[in-house]
Amino acid sequence: MPVIEVQQLSKSYGPLQALENLSFQVEKGEIFGLIGPDGAGKTTLFRILATLLLPDQGSIQLCGLDGIKEYKKIRQMLGYMPGRFSLYQDLTVEENLEFFASVFGASIQKNYDLIAPIYTQIEPFKDRRAGALSGGMKQKLALCCALIHRPKVLLLDEPGTGVDPVSRQEFWEMLADLRRYGITMLVSTPNMDEAELCDRIALIQHGNIMAIDTPSGITNSFQHPLFAVRSDNMYTLIKELREMEGVKDCYAFGEYAHVKLEPSIAPTDTTAKIFQFLENNGHTQIDIKPTAPTIEDCFIELMKS
Amino acid sequence: MSTIISTNQLTKTFGAFTAVNAISLEVNKGEIFGFLGANGAGKTTALKMLTGLLTPSSGSAMVAGFDVWKQPEQVKKRIGYMSQKFSLYEDLTIRENIRLFGGIYGLSMSDIREKTSHLLQKLELEKEAGTLVKSLPLGWKQKLAFSVAMLHDPKIVFLDEPTSGVDPLTRRQFWELIYEAAHRGVTLMVTTHYMEEAEYCNRLSMMVDGSLVALDTPGALKTQYQAKNMDEVFRKIARG
Repeated sequence: MPVIEVQQLSKSYGPLQALENLSFQVEKGEIFGLIGPDGAGKTTLFRILATLLLPDQGSIQLCGLDGIKEYKKIRQMLGYMPGRFSLYQDLTVEENLEFFASVFGASIQKNYDLIAPIYTQIEPFKDRRAGALSGGMKQKLALCCALIHRPKVLLLDEPGTGVDPVSRQEFWEMLADLRRYGITMLVSTPNMDEAELCDRIALIQHGNIMAIDTPSGITNSFQHPLFAVRSDNMYTLIKELREMEGVKDCYAFGEYAHVKLEPSIAPTDTTAKIFQFLENNGHTQIDIKPTAPTIEDCFIELMKS
Repeated sequence: MSTIISTNQLTKTFGAFTAVNAISLEVNKGEIFGFLGANGAGKTTALKMLTGLLTPSSGSAMVAGFDVWKQPEQVKKRIGYMSQKFSLYEDLTIRENIRLFGGIYGLSMSDIREKTSHLLQKLELEKEAGTLVKSLPLGWKQKLAFSVAMLHDPKIVFLDEPTSGVDPLTRRQFWELIYEAAHRGVTLMVTTHYMEEAEYCNRLSMMVDGSLVALDTPGALKTQYQAKNMDEVFRKIARG
């Protein structure tokens, strides 16, 4: 039985359709990623799953309980870390933890094993007000507070936003570590490069799920030969390659541009052809190599189809 | 290639705390330059000095031909600023935002009128001129904010996490605008802690505890730190 089951969920705010007929399941112990930009509907979905918002249509089940009728029982099983820091800034680290434990009638001592690997990192600052913590430490405290009642399901809304790569990686390591307690985790992020840290992902845009699969399942479904190309003039390179025969699309991709060919084009000789094309157009320092599609390439592909 | 920003031992102390420690760097005209560092590394303090908002404790910096210490107002006239979090007034229309920022940058009314029609035409927003900014799609807002930041033809535009949170297509469209500006000779200073944004810069600098510890192209940094992406470079540098 899936731990989270969402069926044909819809939600509108006036004329804005935030979620449109969404369905998916998350299995016990999975780290499931909701990957999509701001405004895709991620936070609305989290609020509905956290029983803080009613859907217009559709149903949700958490641990076999109905999301609407049995919301009180569900709240005991949920740990929710909203996107905006929502602890009490004027309480200390320790006071925040005590507060959240008492709200759930939980004992810090009894559940300490669960938070220990995380809490010991911020314990030296336990008398500091939460508002005075750095971004990474706030995030660790928020995770401790969301875990203190030993939830079965963790809802993490954009935990990576606003923190630097060091803290972000530490956070993902903590999530991976929580897996051994059988906690099911739903994590949202607009950063495509965080997708590969999840067991399965849903790519979400305008309230719709465009694809659900493992990260490698998603990238394996990319049908086009793909090349990474660069030269001394990226501005003209992108414009010119879009006009080249056999090129389906060309877009900036970090230091390189990605060139997506029609699926029918055999990738042999392509490097030479692109090189010749660019050289004829006056480019220098040309570098071309075949490249594997990333989640971001797939996301772009799905948005355009 | 001409230098548009150069700092020499630029330092800022607050009491006993050294926020920026003797930074020396040069940025070229038309370059897309990434300015990276962990939270609290001194990035914001350094940028405030480069934009004339904070006076250095010691050392010097020349920005767009002017000394940030002696001529901060001249520096401010020649720079633009855009952030993903705040750039435009949501409760004003497109036209009102352009007029407001034009006024702040000290453009004349006739200049503002001319710039407004040119900008609306370029972004194909003529019909939307009376629309409130808050009702625009994110991608349009972003392009508008970037254009507004360049209303006064600045030499340098500072971009703070310009594409965080946007979808991959909109992000690409935005980077093309940046490439175009760089192609015209505008210098772009990008601050971010999203390494996927950093990968788009021509060169990157990285601050740790107030000091500049790395400065090179993304490719060279990846090679030097034997990292598969900039995220890994950042972690290796920041963790020491």
